[in-house]
Amino acid sequence: MSGLDELYREVILDHYRNPRRRGTLSGDYIHAEGNNPSCGDEFFLDIEVSGDTITDAAMQGYGCSISQASGSMMMDKIVGMPMSDLRELIHNFKLMMSIEEGDSPVDEDRPGSVLGDLEALQGVRKFPVRIKCADLPWATLTDALDQVSG
Amino acid sequence: MIDLRSLRSDFPILDREVNGTRLVYLDSAATTQKPQSVLDAMDDYYRLHNSNVHRGAHTLAAEATEMYEAARGRVAGFIGAQPNDLVFVRGATTGINFIAYGWGLNHLKAGDKIIVTIMEHHANIVPWQLVSRITGAELVYLELNEDYTVDTSSLEGILDDKVKIISFSGMSNVTGALGPIKVLSDAARSVGAISVVDAAQLVPHTAVDVTDIDIDFLAFSAHKMLGPTGIGALWGKTERLEEMEPTEGGGEMINTVDRHESTWAPVPHKFEAGTPPIAEAIGFGAAIEYLEAVGMDVIEAHERELTAYALERLSEVPDLTIYGPKDVTLRGGAISFELGDIHPHDIATILDQDGIAVRAGHHCAKPLMQYLEIPATARASFYLYNVFEDVDALVVSLHKARELFGLT
Repeated sequence: MSGLDELYREVILDHYRNPRRRGTLSGDYIHAEGNNPSCGDEFFLDIEVSGDTITDAAMQGYGCSISQASGSMMMDKIVGMPMSDLRELIHNFKLMMSIEEGDSPVDEDRPGSVLGDLEALQGVRKFPVRIKCADLPWATLTDALDQVSG
Repeated sequence: MIDLRSLRSDFPILDREVNGTRLVYLDSAATTQKPQSVLDAMDDYYRLHNSNVHRGAHTLAAEATEMYEAARGRVAGFIGAQPNDLVFVRGATTGINFIAYGWGLNHLKAGDKIIVTIMEHHANIVPWQLVSRITGAELVYLELNEDYTVDTSSLEGILDDKVKIISFSGMSNVTGALGPIKVLSDAARSVGAISVVDAAQLVPHTAVDVTDIDIDFLAFSAHKMLGPTGIGALWGKTERLEEMEPTEGGGEMINTVDRHESTWAPVPHKFEAGTPPIAEAIGFGAAIEYLEAVGMDVIEAHERELTAYALERLSEVPDLTIYGPKDVTLRGGAISFELGDIHPHDIATILDQDGIAVRAGHHCAKPLMQYLEIPATARASFYLYNVFEDVDALVVSLHKARELFGLT
């Protein structure tokens, strides 16, 4: 597979064109905003937290296929997930993107260790300037989680 | 047809490959490549003449000073100016900041107006916002006509004696549209305001003679015209430069310094505090020499042919929208476009795999993007070393992008 085919997998284009959970939440929720000033990409995230779990989430934003698909795939993954697993999921995503270092073996008992569909984004690694695109939603999620635990 | 193909061998970087293919460099509006003569001039200075300028009685100091001032003379001559009216600055951005702070601060008061256009680069917006914040002056925008040229008809409602500065781009780095220099400089003069031309995209691509156009200030950057980064020029009418306060204080810009007061060196040195970028100035001079040897009329004609060809070829690509004048007499060679729902960054990544360098994003012109209601564009831009095959390569790669994204 060529680098470009690996980057623009069908599942990525599908999430880009049909983003999941697009919109905003109402009621009691946490809001976080992320942007990459150099390219203008934006990502807005609302999460509803009940106890230790994200019970609902919505996103808005604009940007390239990588940032928006990464966000859409993230939305698919995070609802229903406990906070501790979320931190692990973020870490695992950043490991895949070579943003963080370490080792985190997959364990089906720990949902945060399973990237699933998100693995479609590993082609981004070959395009270092695009890693920050893929990371934008995750940085925004980290900001939202920090507000919860803050 | 003008063929400047033989010049390509003067530019070492054009020989290299990118991602396994020939480099197709279509990002000259961001920065241009450098000919060997510019690299040699800077190298020669460091190897044989390196010394600080304007002080020291030794031979090297005299040589460095002579080379630095000769470069000033060459850059000034290129725009028909006197050397003493040309200030070496870091680039067009610094030039405009110097005008905003050095002239704007002591000539603007609350209620005054600064007119700019909606097609400005941030470099010609943010300095005026900063100065407006201090002085209470108001920033007023001229908008665009259907063909992306500046709509000067709205001047009528804005123009009065509150207007102190009209500052505008000579050529848009996004749409390629030429600025209405005569209309806006006449308008400024009619109400006693000054006119400032952001010529970062203009001077590299077309012959400019400041004795032909009656403006007050002009700023441009060396790196957009074959020269090095870190240096540019601010030209001003002698009396405007006399009125302007130095924005930076330090060595080399003074006449006398006492404990609490100082007086300034004469123009242009009062604006050149500290050790200047000497090698860069010399490289700038060598770039001008190169451009003069080719001829600005030849360069302009060549780019116009390339631009016309590119506009025609790009219009054949389905789903492609061009943001800029269609008429090549109204524009330069920066072409912004969108391709269906493919984000410009994705376009740039795909083209890069074919060795094609284009720009993607808001091009430091966010107010223009908001006005056009688009978040970003991809931009191809040309210079003297580009050839028709570069346009062909671009078109082939854009078709590939459509295929990859499943556009039919």
